[in-house]
Amino acid sequence: MAAPASPVLLFTDIDEPGLRTLEVYERRGGYSSLRKALAMTPEEVLEQLKTSAIRGRGGAGFAMGTKISFLPKGGMDKYLVCNADESEPGTFKDRELMQKTPHMLLEGIVIASYAAGTSRAFIYIRGEYELQADMLDAALAEAHAAGYVGENVLDSGHSLSLVVHRGAGAYICGEETGLLDSLEGKRGNPRLKPPFPAIQGLYQGPTLINNVETLATVPAIIAMGGDEYAKLGVETSTGTKLVSVSGHVKRPGNYEIELGIPSREIIYGLAGGPPDGREVKCWFPGGSSSPVLKAEDLDIPYDFNSLAAAGSMLGSGAIIVVDDSTPILDVAMKVAKFYRHESCGKCTPCREGTNWTVKMLERIDAGEATPMDIEIMASVQEHIIGNCLCVLGDAMAMPIGSMIAKFRDEFEAHIEAARARNGLGAGAPAQDAV
Amino acid sequence: MSTPEQKEIVETTEALEREAAGVVEGPVRRYAHGSRVPGWDQPADLEKEPAEIPGVGGSPSPTVPEDLRAEIEAHLAKYPDRHSAALPALAAAQRVHGWCSPEAIEQVACVMRVTPAYLDSVATFYDMLETSPVGRHSVYVCTNISCSLCGADELLEAVRRAAAASPDGAAEFNVRGFECLGACDIAPMASVDGVYVGPLTLEDVPQLLDDARAGRPVLPDKQLARRLVADPHANSQEYPLHAPEPARRGS
Repeated sequence: MAAPASPVLLFTDIDEPGLRTLEVYERRGGYSSLRKALAMTPEEVLEQLKTSAIRGRGGAGFAMGTKISFLPKGGMDKYLVCNADESEPGTFKDRELMQKTPHMLLEGIVIASYAAGTSRAFIYIRGEYELQADMLDAALAEAHAAGYVGENVLDSGHSLSLVVHRGAGAYICGEETGLLDSLEGKRGNPRLKPPFPAIQGLYQGPTLINNVETLATVPAIIAMGGDEYAKLGVETSTGTKLVSVSGHVKRPGNYEIELGIPSREIIYGLAGGPPDGREVKCWFPGGSSSPVLKAEDLDIPYDFNSLAAAGSMLGSGAIIVVDDSTPILDVAMKVAKFYRHESCGKCTPCREGTNWTVKMLERIDAGEATPMDIEIMASVQEHIIGNCLCVLGDAMAMPIGSMIAKFRDEFEAHIEAARARNGLGAGAPAQDAV
Repeated sequence: MSTPEQKEIVETTEALEREAAGVVEGPVRRYAHGSRVPGWDQPADLEKEPAEIPGVGGSPSPTVPEDLRAEIEAHLAKYPDRHSAALPALAAAQRVHGWCSPEAIEQVACVMRVTPAYLDSVATFYDMLETSPVGRHSVYVCTNISCSLCGADELLEAVRRAAAASPDGAAEFNVRGFECLGACDIAPMASVDGVYVGPLTLEDVPQLLDDARAGRPVLPDKQLARRLVADPHANSQEYPLHAPEPARRGS
């Protein structure tokens, strides 16, 4: 398939030797967007971000400009937090950015902090990303020495202190309020919302939280202008997006695409599709938290609204492809076990629901289940959704629910086959019923 | 008391009552259908007095290694609220002590001026903070969905077997199946002392462990640090025309 000519904003020459150093980054025009932004008023910078209509790249897809405008005006301590926890299974785009072009992220953070009026910023990076955190630390030291970060940035009067904070391995800390608690040095339990972090976040102050990719796009938006950026992509999903493709594909990796191209083009055109002789069985369009889609959905345009209309979501932009050699039960089991492990335990529907779902799946696999258990499992999912402080439980319930809905025949066949192995016929009463 | 279920409930209730009365015995019995929150079956010593902040108000002050104290104090200075330094401080103590031992926790508590119980509550939440003694070299094999589709479960088994056969056994390697490590492009992969390597085959396992044991860069040709981006449009020039990134050694 002919490769589509797509604009490249974030990945431009990303493997250029030394791009992660200030010298090469500046030679390529780095930090000129910051100079341009500092010559404008913060309101003008914010206006550019609003015009660009960029939506958050972390998962929820909330408009970045709108989010900034929620921060109250005034001289109180305000914070900017860059969410670099990137632990959604299947997602590894931020890793590539932070490792290879950390200055782009730092430049975006300084510009965003200028627009939002925050004087303190933190990058919360997951503890497993040691290499990337080292790269960020080195880049931050260079940026500090060059006056791009710190007191009175480039004599503009804007000051920003920036700290790279390493997490210690917890998926829930990618949830924004869990992240804030973790950054405050506590267990990463999510908080009740509202108040939203924009009003009361880190250390009780107004806090802007954005994903790495969102912030790294800011220099490009300022450089080309908000209207030009908005011409990329489609109306409700502007710009380019980094997509992490993994699972059963020939060329797994990160690709920068223009939003709105057919999903087939990403999975087959860029990533090469499943291994020869196999077919796509299902795919997660936005990390393991997104409801699965089937092969017939491959022509859906890859953008926020089209995927939402198809009953799934773009999420963090992580496509996981599962081919027809894998039983759906194995996929469901992996997903459910992950969320069981990562549930923080604060809300009952999530803590117990994830645990129950794993047990139901184990019963199915062991041949102890009846078809009625599928109904029970589906109803457990319905009772999790919307009933917790954060969406971790939903993040299991949505894909599991979609697998049950779309592959019910296979679940039933699995039950029958496993029961037959146990000497329980299709019509035999359940021996295990209590 | 006829059915096994009823019997279990009675036995467990009695065990819980004994525990509530202060009788601490072994892993605590919990209802089998309960959720498995880490630490759910660890007994609580109800006789123990709550620990105070070490070195404050007359409680004895532990000896903290100078380097560790300096590192924790540097972390404390970075944040508006000193509690924020808990994760970096515990990670630093773990590097010194090998795990978050009671001794390590006490030292961090002393420098941070917080109670050991507070740090305990933090340490038990995070996967990378070890609350029991572990092997010197950490080998985290990612077993999440993308990696398991590419054979991570077999890989983890092979690493476990090879590590168990190592002469120094459990003291040498801390092999764990880990949740998504964010490197699904090199699936199946592992993080060896913090260095990402992949895609791994079963044949790589002996070399991987040997390298870690010897303190050499682990599987230099398979390190993530050296991998180029997959996107064919990303680079306008032909890379690499340069020497590859230096291989990394584990921390």
